[in-house]
Amino acid sequence: MKVLEYAAKELLKEYGLPIKKGKLATTPEEARSICEELGGRCVIKAQVPVGGRGKAGGIKLANSPEEAYEKARAILGMKIKGIEVKKVYVVEIADFTKEIYAGIFLDRKNEKAVLMVSAEGGVEIEEVARTNPDAIIKLYIDPAYGLFPFQAREVAFRLGLDNKEALKVATCLYKMYNAFVGLNAQLVEINPLVIETDGNLLALDAKIILDDNALFKKPELTNYRDLDYEDPYEIEAKEKGLSFVKLDGNIGCAVNGAGLAMATMDIIKKYGGEPANFLDVGGSSNPEKMKNAMNIILSDKNVKSIYVNIFGGITRCDDIATGLISAFKELDIKVPVVVRLTGTNEEIGRKMLKESGLPIHTASTMREGAQLAIKLAGGG
Amino acid sequence: MAILVGKETRLVVQGITGRDGSFHAKLMKEYGTNVVAGVTPGKGGMNVEGIPVFNTMKEAVEETKANTSVIFVPAPYAADAIIEAADSGVKLIVAITEGIPVHDMVKAKKYVVEKGVRLIGPNCPGLITPDEAKVGILPGHIFKRGRVGVISRSGTLTYEIVSHLTAYGLGQSTAIGIGGDPIIGSRFIDLLRLFKEDDETEAVVLIGEIGGTDEQDAAKYIKESFGKPVVAFIAGRTAPREKRMGHAGAIIQGSEGTAEEKIKAFEDAGVKVAAEPEEVAKLLKDIL
Repeated sequence: MKVLEYAAKELLKEYGLPIKKGKLATTPEEARSICEELGGRCVIKAQVPVGGRGKAGGIKLANSPEEAYEKARAILGMKIKGIEVKKVYVVEIADFTKEIYAGIFLDRKNEKAVLMVSAEGGVEIEEVARTNPDAIIKLYIDPAYGLFPFQAREVAFRLGLDNKEALKVATCLYKMYNAFVGLNAQLVEINPLVIETDGNLLALDAKIILDDNALFKKPELTNYRDLDYEDPYEIEAKEKGLSFVKLDGNIGCAVNGAGLAMATMDIIKKYGGEPANFLDVGGSSNPEKMKNAMNIILSDKNVKSIYVNIFGGITRCDDIATGLISAFKELDIKVPVVVRLTGTNEEIGRKMLKESGLPIHTASTMREGAQLAIKLAGGG
Repeated sequence: MAILVGKETRLVVQGITGRDGSFHAKLMKEYGTNVVAGVTPGKGGMNVEGIPVFNTMKEAVEETKANTSVIFVPAPYAADAIIEAADSGVKLIVAITEGIPVHDMVKAKKYVVEKGVRLIGPNCPGLITPDEAKVGILPGHIFKRGRVGVISRSGTLTYEIVSHLTAYGLGQSTAIGIGGDPIIGSRFIDLLRLFKEDDETEAVVLIGEIGGTDEQDAAKYIKESFGKPVVAFIAGRTAPREKRMGHAGAIIQGSEGTAEEKIKAFEDAGVKVAAEPEEVAKLLKDIL
């Protein structure tokens, strides 16, 4: 779960990291009054879950509350990388002399958290990694011990700062690691971490990605889930215990198991079709899940045919058949449905579908099912 | 001979009194696995399907000489269960549980490695040596004993591919689901090393997917020193970037983890990559 900048900063503040005053606004009027509260000058920042906001014109300086109103009006509703801006963060202006990059994330290959710091802050770290990899300092952190303060200092003293500044940066890095662990984050990034003209540090921009699987430890973090920016069907699917990703094609897929679901999309594409979605109905899919899956697929008006591909292991084919039959009874299914049922209790499942008299096309192999679904969608 | 599990396996089921744990304890026993104990804290003294239940792993191992554990414990407690198992004296831990927090897994993995214990999973279907032992949730009836090793990041996709192998007369020595999480106990390369030393295994099928670089590492190892034929399949050629495809580890991040780079790595290593699941068996048949 990616949280927006304002939320990342609120969370970092709880761990003692320095951030400027600011508030969220969803209307130009709100932006104006927040700007007044902040003393009449502010920065208006689009809150979207993608990078490159500055270049897209999503971050603007305002020298008066009136200007804040105008700038917020321009930013709200604009699209950044295809995403509509629905809220802006109105914050105090900062004057700074230096920009530093600081990030902590889980390195999959080394199976450890890694702290990355660079004196070249303010640009994307991937960019620095490409153009000047030597400017990046990396420190792998032992999960059993965590980050020691001396390690944070060692890193900070390599940034070319004066002694006082370096010690402040070290403290920041240490607090960032506490946030990383405390929030069970996959990523905590401050970019840039700036040194203000008065010598103090400030997290000017921040990004946090939380582990969905760890949210049970701090349920209050789910309040930062921003439903404005998530696909409504993906949200619905998640609530129903299904794993769903919307794609652009016209052949809906309902499959048991993530690997098989991906392979099903791939085989559709291979034979000239376009999958409309990724959908994993789960390991022990009960009949209700199958019905919910059909419902979510049908809510996509592009869908011209549906391919149900099931390899019953733990999933029983008779459960899938029961779910399909009730889906046909309760939902208005007008598009052709291709079903391929193999594995545990396949004979019972197939017999049930046959006896139901429903207009279901059956296939005996994965390939045959894909080809049939493509044909019925009018393509291939 | 096969690898990791077999007739010598003495299995303890952690979380045996839960819904999944009791159901699969029964199925594993029916398959012929020697299930000697179960563990659920607070349920010691009970019996599940004729299997004695203990409060702690240490007790279970002392009383029954268990050497392998399979974990069905719910995600919030599963990392602790892995660590408890590693501390108990078993040599192999198979974690079926899906949804373990990554931070917990990073710690558990480190602990397991330091104890010198092998971990398979989490978020995996387990493993099977056909006709000897099944540890996990795989449907036993689709497997047939033979000379092909199978290593896979997926569950049902493995069943799909194995069913074709079996239909083609290509039985399996051991088939292992390594799990769909970003942090897993054993990666492709770790198990390839075991298959290399296994006389019964003549060839290996690798079933990978988008996300991470484990397939690339495996390709490098195969090229340099594996010495047995390998056929691969990679799921997710059509997966969009930055979207998690069901498995926590199945995500293309930046430009890393795409199906294309994995396929290329395998082809560079002389590994045939099947264009669809059914083709795996055919490619392998042609080689053997």
